Amino acid sequence: MSHEHPHQHGHAELSDLEARALAVESLLVEKGLITSDAVDRVVYRFEHDIGPMVGAKVVARAWTDTAFKARLLADGTAAIAELGIDSQDLHLEVVENRPGIHNLVVCTLCSCYPWFLLGLPPVWYKSAPYRSRAVIEPRAVLHEFGVDQPDETQIKVWDSSADLRYMVLPERPAGTEGWPEERLAALVSRDAMIGTAVVAISEAVTP
Amino acid sequence: MAYPERVNGGHDLGGQHGHGPVVAEKSEPVFHEGWEGRVYAMMRLARLAGLFNLDEMRWTIEQIPPADYLRASYYERWLGALERLIAEKSVEPAKALPNSTAPPRLNPRFEVGDEVRTRSFHPHHHTRLARYARGKSGIVELIHGPYPLPDLRADGMALVWQPVYTVRFNGRELWGNDGLSNDSVSMDLWEEYLE
Repeated sequence: MSHEHPHQHGHAELSDLEARALAVESLLVEKGLITSDAVDRVVYRFEHDIGPMVGAKVVARAWTDTAFKARLLADGTAAIAELGIDSQDLHLEVVENRPGIHNLVVCTLCSCYPWFLLGLPPVWYKSAPYRSRAVIEPRAVLHEFGVDQPDETQIKVWDSSADLRYMVLPERPAGTEGWPEERLAALVSRDAMIGTAVVAISEAVTP
Repeated sequence: MAYPERVNGGHDLGGQHGHGPVVAEKSEPVFHEGWEGRVYAMMRLARLAGLFNLDEMRWTIEQIPPADYLRASYYERWLGALERLIAEKSVEPAKALPNSTAPPRLNPRFEVGDEVRTRSFHPHHHTRLARYARGKSGIVELIHGPYPLPDLRADGMALVWQPVYTVRFNGRELWGNDGLSNDSVSMDLWEEYLE
């Protein structure tokens, strides 16, 4: 990995990977398949507009609107469309954490992830340790994330292998009764929607 | 890199041991380096332009020799696959197969609650039936689709639509005495993958 800033110093200092990526871009632009502007826009969108805050809004809505929650669990794709979120030919399945049931999402074969709700997955989600272990020893993986579930709690792992994407609907923490949606959404972490965290009231947001 | 055809590739990680702890980075950026974002965007845009479909992309990544697959970072794999796809595929998008056609109406062979068994196979082509779930019994939880069978779409062939089932496998069924009966793994499986 390069620690230089090659764009400011010209091509002489491009790393091998940067040079190869640039060559691919030139070729695809030359063939008329993409434009560099379109590449810029995709990068911008994923760095600024699409991220866990989108999913957190959906969770907060489900926590405050029981009719919406029922629709979300019955047909996730249609329910998020109500909020203007487009899952782009993918079907969303929302799985609910309840007392006695904890859900965990993985993709053992590649990196399937509900990107339209959470943005692009973190490196650990795409890594060999997570992909290999989440299915065979989910409790050990959860423990490393600081989540310990009692033996009697059922751990349900969802290995995304087709055109469905899974999001965990975490349990709403006690002590948040009457909170407005925005304040609830601020509690919901990316990991809670993957299943590697639970939602808690942190000291920072406790009044 | 040489790309022999294989399906039991380095990508099929479920159930392997020895990869170590899951290491999460604090305050991780969306892309760690500028080229990663451009490779991500190019892969997406070239696919949407019809140069290749999602399964061709996956299949290309899966043919990376296992040692190279594990050594490479995620976006290094993508970059290598993109180079190979560009070299192999016609770059005239008009000639590419459409990514989506209207799905047909199909009658699923199985119902929610049915006990099903996955096929045990090791085909020399792309598939989405992970090795750890082959020849295993589970319960149909949900029925979806139909969706195009990835095994054929990866070769750029005409789309073959099949129902997809979310099948729940008990921990004991998958891992024997090393699994817990209170745990389960659910996977989304094309009808073809079920006996």
